[in-house]
Amino acid sequence: MNSLEFSLVVGLFGAAAGFLGALTGLGGGVVITPVLTLLFGVDIRYAIGATLVSVIATSSGAASAFLKEGFSNIRIGMFLEIATTLGAIAGAFLATRIPTSALGVILGLVLLYSAFLSTRPKPEAHSNDSRDPLAERLKLGSRYPTPHGWQPYRVQRVKTGFGMMFGAGALSGLLGIGSGAFKVLAMDHAMRIPFKVSTSTSNFMIGVTAAASAGVYLNRGYIDPVLAMPVMLGVSVGSLLGARHLSGTETRVLRIIFGAVVAVLAVEMIYNGLGGKI
Amino acid sequence: MQRNEEQVDRIISVLLRTGVITAASVVFAGGVWYLARSGMLIPNYRTFHGEPQELRSVAGVWKGVLGLHPRSVIQFGLLLLIATPIARVAFSVIAFAVQRDRLYFALTIVVLTVLIWSLSGMGYAPR
Repeated sequence: MNSLEFSLVVGLFGAAAGFLGALTGLGGGVVITPVLTLLFGVDIRYAIGATLVSVIATSSGAASAFLKEGFSNIRIGMFLEIATTLGAIAGAFLATRIPTSALGVILGLVLLYSAFLSTRPKPEAHSNDSRDPLAERLKLGSRYPTPHGWQPYRVQRVKTGFGMMFGAGALSGLLGIGSGAFKVLAMDHAMRIPFKVSTSTSNFMIGVTAAASAGVYLNRGYIDPVLAMPVMLGVSVGSLLGARHLSGTETRVLRIIFGAVVAVLAVEMIYNGLGGKI
Repeated sequence: MQRNEEQVDRIISVLLRTGVITAASVVFAGGVWYLARSGMLIPNYRTFHGEPQELRSVAGVWKGVLGLHPRSVIQFGLLLLIATPIARVAFSVIAFAVQRDRLYFALTIVVLTVLIWSLSGMGYAPR
């Protein structure tokens, strides 16, 4: 394949991944790195660099749309970004130190876990009984739109959430993914933030987190423009189309199919990583 | 106060969209240019060599753009994309300053510093 053909094919794969990623909420980035390494034989470091860039594009695009709906909480996002950006830089440095086969295995495990998380039922309301004084001091609580009008919410277990966010940032920097599933886990599960607020604030944070590790990747020569170009453009167009088609029922089948694809890629990554082929 | 915050949300939303569209356009233009010129080359990403120096830093990329290298133009587009969330944080610094929110002004400055420190290479000297 010459560069032109390679770009077109990779662009199409990127578009498909972005489309399915947006529809299912898993994010397009999660499958791009395995597809590039397993199908196209790209070195995982170039693949991670290209994927990370596309993650910034999709999250910024989605965040722009979410902001208008009033779900995102900028205070929560900004406070937790301290943890995710520092984590991302730590992760990106770690990525330059550990063997690529280990990166493959970790990515496979993270993929499996994200696919599992996406199948879990989405809790709607949290009980608001206990108070975290740190959350009050940081003015993290806010309100969000529901079918029954604006609903106020409080934030709990701020320290735990902050620590988990450092971990989510580290995974993002290590593997070049958005690690949205882990950010949502920290906000929704640990900090008891309503699910919709968690997902849209997570989207808001992904771009900033990724931008932090992008600096390290850039300086180490992981970001190849000719490879990143079709990936970034394909994933952006795909997720834009995917976001337009967001509607509950029909996406269930797609969600299962995409989840299965992710699982197969994950197992393949782990297998090849353990075999030292990555 | 609430209205002020809604206004901030709206501006950030426009900022993010403009950044992504601009970046994607530059990447696309650079990509078409590169492929028109060197589309018949066989790409090789199988072995990792790392990018050449001029594609590894903001200053290097800018020099390549001025030298009309299509690869540098694509990389410049990618830098615009990386700059988009950074610009968003920078805008938040101003927004919190206007709202006289000292705590969040300080927190946002921390995030901005980390981002700029990372992009500037953190004193990393490439071999």
